[in-house]
Amino acid sequence: MSNISAYLLMPLLAVVAIPFMKEKAKAIVTYLELLLVAGLSSAIAISAIVGGAEEYVFGGSAVTGPIRLQIDALSAWFILIINIVFITGGFYGIFYLKAYREQQKQISLHCIAFIVLHLSLVSLCVIQNSLVFLITWELMALSAFIAVIFEGDKMSTLKAGINYLIQSHVSILFLMLGFIWVAVKTGSFDFASITEYSQSNPTSVGLFLFICFFIGFAFKAGFIPFHTWLPHAHPAAPTHISGIMSGVLIKIGIYGIMRMLVLIKTDYTSIGYFILIISAISGLYGVMLAIIQHNVKKLLAYHSIENIGIIGMGIGIGCIGLGNGNQLVAWLGFSGALLHTLNHALFKSLLFYTVGIVYQATHTLNIEHLGGLIKKMPHTTLLFLIAAVAICGIPPLNGFVSEFLIYSSLYQWVQNATLVPLIVIIFSTLALVLIGGLALFCFTKAFGTIFLGEPRKKFVHGIHEAPAIQRIPLYFIALLIVGIGIFPQGFFGVVSHATSVLTGNRVGEFAPIQGSIADTLQYIGLASTGFIVLIVLMFLLRKLVTKNRVTTSSVTWGCGYVSPTPKLQYTASSYVRSYSKLFGHLLLIGQKEKPVSGIFPEHAALKTHPYDRLEKSLIDRPIRGIKSFLGKFVFLNNGKLQFSILYGIIFIISLIMIPLVYGLILDFFEFIKQL
Amino acid sequence: MLSLFLIVIAAFFFTGIVVRTKSLASGRKGPGIMQPIKDVIRLFKKGAVYSKTSSIIFQIAPTIYFSSVVMAMLVVPFGQSKGLISFNCDFIFFAYVLALGKFFSIISALDTGSSFEGMGASREALYSMFAEPALFILMGSFALLTGYTSFQEIFAALHIGSYLSYALATLATFVLVMIAMIENSRMPIDDPKTHLELTMIHEVMILDNSGFDLGLLLSAGYLKFAIYGALIVNLFVGMVDYQYAIPLFFIIQFLMAVVVGLIESFMARFRMNHNAQFIVALTSVSLLIFFGAILILGKFN
Repeated sequence: MSNISAYLLMPLLAVVAIPFMKEKAKAIVTYLELLLVAGLSSAIAISAIVGGAEEYVFGGSAVTGPIRLQIDALSAWFILIINIVFITGGFYGIFYLKAYREQQKQISLHCIAFIVLHLSLVSLCVIQNSLVFLITWELMALSAFIAVIFEGDKMSTLKAGINYLIQSHVSILFLMLGFIWVAVKTGSFDFASITEYSQSNPTSVGLFLFICFFIGFAFKAGFIPFHTWLPHAHPAAPTHISGIMSGVLIKIGIYGIMRMLVLIKTDYTSIGYFILIISAISGLYGVMLAIIQHNVKKLLAYHSIENIGIIGMGIGIGCIGLGNGNQLVAWLGFSGALLHTLNHALFKSLLFYTVGIVYQATHTLNIEHLGGLIKKMPHTTLLFLIAAVAICGIPPLNGFVSEFLIYSSLYQWVQNATLVPLIVIIFSTLALVLIGGLALFCFTKAFGTIFLGEPRKKFVHGIHEAPAIQRIPLYFIALLIVGIGIFPQGFFGVVSHATSVLTGNRVGEFAPIQGSIADTLQYIGLASTGFIVLIVLMFLLRKLVTKNRVTTSSVTWGCGYVSPTPKLQYTASSYVRSYSKLFGHLLLIGQKEKPVSGIFPEHAALKTHPYDRLEKSLIDRPIRGIKSFLGKFVFLNNGKLQFSILYGIIFIISLIMIPLVYGLILDFFEFIKQL
Repeated sequence: MLSLFLIVIAAFFFTGIVVRTKSLASGRKGPGIMQPIKDVIRLFKKGAVYSKTSSIIFQIAPTIYFSSVVMAMLVVPFGQSKGLISFNCDFIFFAYVLALGKFFSIISALDTGSSFEGMGASREALYSMFAEPALFILMGSFALLTGYTSFQEIFAALHIGSYLSYALATLATFVLVMIAMIENSRMPIDDPKTHLELTMIHEVMILDNSGFDLGLLLSAGYLKFAIYGALIVNLFVGMVDYQYAIPLFFIIQFLMAVVVGLIESFMARFRMNHNAQFIVALTSVSLLIFFGAILILGKFN
């Protein structure tokens, strides 16, 4: 109990104190505070994973009823992910924000938002009272909004922030709908009443309730078609916030969906198919749009949608396994989803952090302007490369492990499925394979254009590597990425505790966890280690053989052309041209062209603007419709004082009239009834 | 373990036979069977020229590419004997390990800052992405048919009994041969003989490689062919004893090499923009196999 009071009191003190401090002190206090909260919550989380669920009950108030805090392995797993990302992201952020040292007020607000964001995210994982949950959710959404609009003097940043704010409130609307529904029917705000309500009613009620919550959480997680805020908010936010948003903020949506799966007892098979299909589409759509982006952060944002899709596929398969009573499939699916949640948090935050370093060195996010950075920033290049290989799901890194689990859940499910599930399986496999292939396409493009070749644009300022101390957290993440890749069984052991919350049986009760699955993962770990060893050995062999050979350097082969310029290089757009031609019908690429003409051609140009077809039809069109409808009433708001006073008088008179009219209406109904 | 030796031996001759077949088909005598290996050994002895634009990526990529192919080779079984690495769903590891090699060969092509190599890289990335689903669906159908998920168990349990299964085996062979052609950048997807950079796929990616690195890339290519050949052999030798299976292995590898040589002698390369359609069609063939498998198991009712 005292732990929790300290846990709540310390941040409050820090939040109050921060505005009065000097710039360095602000950073240090924020980070120390972060470490304190992270340390406390991690300690509780680890003990929950090792020793089973723990529960605390607060008295609460007359409105909320008793507030129950419960930390089981599922909450603990998410808390640990949040803490890892915040500890590394906060450390990185201290150095990232050095460039903005002059904006003291902004920094104070940012530090406070950062603390509140971390605190609310951790709290969301343990709160079991719907009213308090909603308040914390709102706190999280608002603090994230403030963190995003750090550079709020830019119009585009503010716009993206407001877009995020509105959409996260639509999300809250759906959550409120779900929670209030249950609260009205059962009279209790406790999460346990959700279980009771869904158990005591037909499954269709549970289904509707789940869909309600799913939509609410899907907004946060970024499932298609609720994803449209993501590609705007990520590029607008300062990089450490982008990393944190992509790493953990959207994962809280995944946590919510998983928590609801535990709480709502209903037809898991239908839910499973629903989630699986929506996730497969999210995954494919996300990566398809990622490929055509020019802005690196936008590209990464679309990849977040893709990875949420992969996680969702795991959840979907797990649910179907649960519904069919196929425990092995359920275990593999859920474990894959949970492990991918961690993996994505790691490699995506690493990608954002490295991109942040690139941005601070070059002041641009447009990949067509970059190139050849490997020679100036070798560390950043290495880190980006590790993360890029990991996100493509390629061994020997961590992405492979979680994707492997999801694949094997599909191939296990094949064994005893009937016709319709078989068709679903085969198309899910198809989606997963295509997602992997497209991700490879996308990241070879991103890595190749940003870091390799010749610089495409001359920068007047010098380009420098980030200071070594800023790279420490990045190397730590990279180490974890490699660690999960070569030692997957250990991490799977931890994940399986969280999975057991979802599948409903204990780790010890289900034999394959220690048996076949663990063996397979151990083989993968060994094979990955062997793979790394093989590469190192081959490289040493190569060194040994070529030691006495003559090596010369020359220009790149240009078909006999001897004075190549950097402009002759293959660009990112040309790299994806064959792809965008193939998928042109599904994509939306605006094009402005000034073609080459005449015998002595002058300036020619081609500009392309990738856009989101879904955003256009689901967000832009309706908004345009509403705007044009409301535009018809603009004459009312003509800014003349007399009219405003008139409206006021009309309003007051109509208020006074209500009792009179009410009587008339009643009389009217009476009259109709008599007829 | 057995598969490892067999594949390496097959790799020594495979490309030589392809080249010889092409020579004979065009009325020439042609170089000896061992000429490709001699070429590689010659390259291993040579120095190298590196582009001023290129970085460390360009120097490590061939090594990683070669290692990834070797790693994939270790997964492939032979009949009853397992590969060196064998676990449930090991074919996923097989495909994804090869993907690492692809990743590095693509970025090494982009590392040269060339105006041509990116083109090849883009095409290779796109085509191999389209080829991957066919393999996964094929393995999914086998997993459905046999009830196992590792290469060795699947192939050991796969036995051809009914007429329908003959048809499936034929289709599977076709799919595997075509995947082999795509992965190795041969006809009808890519023409290794072409002299114009604009029409190349794989060849244009390795334009700047020389010396030891080029030797590694070439030998990885030979190995890759033999690996896919070995997969095809496995379709048929699951139950066969070793004294028949081992000669059968070499006969099928030989036949495949001859077929590849003949295809390259008598067919023209597809138009570049038809390639994608062709490869996607491959996926539908493997879907056909999947539905065939459902039919065999009688799950259609």
